[in-house]
Amino acid sequence: MSTNQNSGDVLLSVENISLSFGGVKALENISFDIKAGEVRAIIGPNGAGKSSMLNVINGFYHPQEGEVWFQGEKRKSLKPYQIARQGIARTFQNIALFKGMSTLDNLMTGRFTKMSANIFWQAIWKGKAENEEIANREFVEHIIDFLEIQAIRKTPVGRLPYGLQKRVELGRALAAESKLLLLDEPMAGMNIEEKEDMCRFILDVNDQFGTTIALIEHDMSVVMDIADRVVVLDYGRKIGDGTPDEIRGNQAVIDAYLGVAHD
Amino acid sequence: MFYRESGEFKTSYSEDQQSFPIAFDRWFVRVVLLFAFLVVPFFINDYWEKSVLIPFLVWSMAALGLNILTGYCGQVSLGTGGFMAVGAYAAYKLMTGFPEMNMLIVIIMSGGITAMVGILFGLPSLRIKGFYLAVATLASQFFLVWLFNKVPWFYNFSASGMITSPERTMFGVAITGPNAPSWATYLFCLTLLVVFAYIAKNLTRGRLGRSWMAIRDMDIAAEIIGVPPLQAKLSAFAVSSFYIGVAGAMFFTVYLGAAEPTEAFGIDKSFLVLFMIIIGGLGSIFGSFIGAALLILMPVLLKNIMVGLLGWPTDLVQHLIFMLIGGFIIFFLIVEPHGLAQLWRITKEKLRLWPFPH
Repeated sequence: MSTNQNSGDVLLSVENISLSFGGVKALENISFDIKAGEVRAIIGPNGAGKSSMLNVINGFYHPQEGEVWFQGEKRKSLKPYQIARQGIARTFQNIALFKGMSTLDNLMTGRFTKMSANIFWQAIWKGKAENEEIANREFVEHIIDFLEIQAIRKTPVGRLPYGLQKRVELGRALAAESKLLLLDEPMAGMNIEEKEDMCRFILDVNDQFGTTIALIEHDMSVVMDIADRVVVLDYGRKIGDGTPDEIRGNQAVIDAYLGVAHD
Repeated sequence: MFYRESGEFKTSYSEDQQSFPIAFDRWFVRVVLLFAFLVVPFFINDYWEKSVLIPFLVWSMAALGLNILTGYCGQVSLGTGGFMAVGAYAAYKLMTGFPEMNMLIVIIMSGGITAMVGILFGLPSLRIKGFYLAVATLASQFFLVWLFNKVPWFYNFSASGMITSPERTMFGVAITGPNAPSWATYLFCLTLLVVFAYIAKNLTRGRLGRSWMAIRDMDIAAEIIGVPPLQAKLSAFAVSSFYIGVAGAMFFTVYLGAAEPTEAFGIDKSFLVLFMIIIGGLGSIFGSFIGAALLILMPVLLKNIMVGLLGWPTDLVQHLIFMLIGGFIIFFLIVEPHGLAQLWRITKEKLRLWPFPH
């Protein structure tokens, strides 16, 4: 899990992205960049277009205008699974785990793009297929240790409590060994303790594996604590971009969050 | 007590990832296989072969195939009968076209041909889901049966429109046709089923199986983690149709001997296999077997008890069996909507901790 980019280089940048659904403009002319090795937060009131932005980055939506640059190259219009191969993983706002599968299988599915044994080897479970299973299992076990979910390794994830499911989902995204990790509200609905755990995991991932992280979060204290830089969206427009301190003092951001009297 | 995993310590991942991680399961499967291969062939007679064992083996194979598609990949299919017909007709054309061809190759190639047809009819699954896909596969059922009735080339222009399986031998012993001994046809089908069940187990617990289950559980997340939906769905259709084609070929060549598509491969067969996997357990290899066992062996058992033991009239018994089987299906689905395999899974979990559940 190491990036071959120097930290400080731009890993991904979006330029003049506009996205609309019929007459609704979800994103209007948005540009910002994510530097390798940083924790980048995207914040904004409900309906600001944060999740739409993530969906554009991992190819689920195709914007009508604008460009996405990843690792110094302009990205063509790709399918989400092709983008996963390039090294972008994500978690979802409302958990999107594979409920019928165990924690271990969920994480192993995260390794999908790293495995390549063909169907004949898989059918007899020998040679390349078996070696691959064992090697990837070892990798997945590191993540299980890291996230402290050893005890639920073989439990079907549908049976787990919400907080653990969120953690497994983070694990699945980590298993993909991505360069850029997109987290859509990783702390939504958690209590303070679970939030602290999750913050620790996010910072550790960033620290130990050097993974670049872009996250959406509503808890301002969390954002201000862990983010290196913050971009603020409101009604599909960018209204602020900078370090947490700059954002805190930005009048447009304060107005968007607290509301402002129109006269 | 006897079924537990405490005390079994796995020291390597390959040990933890074997087909049957619990020692009791391993021994149980070995004993059953030894019994099936070494004991049963000596005691088998025509009755056991024709009404119990061969139907069970054939329908287990079909249930295995449909379970891969519906249970593991989540794509509902009502075209099983049609795909079995493809397997049967492919086997017939291969046997009559190439009389020297080994039966094993005939069966495998029939499966391969069915797999290709399955991919073709699986293409709509990329656009439509759930009930709508079921309706689309229903179309394949009717189309295929119609095709085999309509085009004389498929039944070699025979006057009756039927296909009949010529006699073929393996190691000098007939395995198809009226002169085939019971133990030979039984061993032939058993070997195929055991090999393909093992392959199904391996496929479903590996990379391919995980991609199927990912598509089943949450297709959007699967795509975002890197699973191409096209590849996953079509491979499920291909593998599933392969199994169903093999089942159809076995059904026709070994069991029926002569067949006519409307009768042998009608829509009722599609439903029969679907019921097997629903009752047995979706997404479970073991469930395919118990589902097939319940729907194939239960009527035989009930008939023997009621006609043989109690001496009731046959026609009354026939109707009673319909009612009883229907009742059983409803009962099992109420008790455990996830099928008998789930019931067994829960029992296993309890047994592991028995007698100290806390």
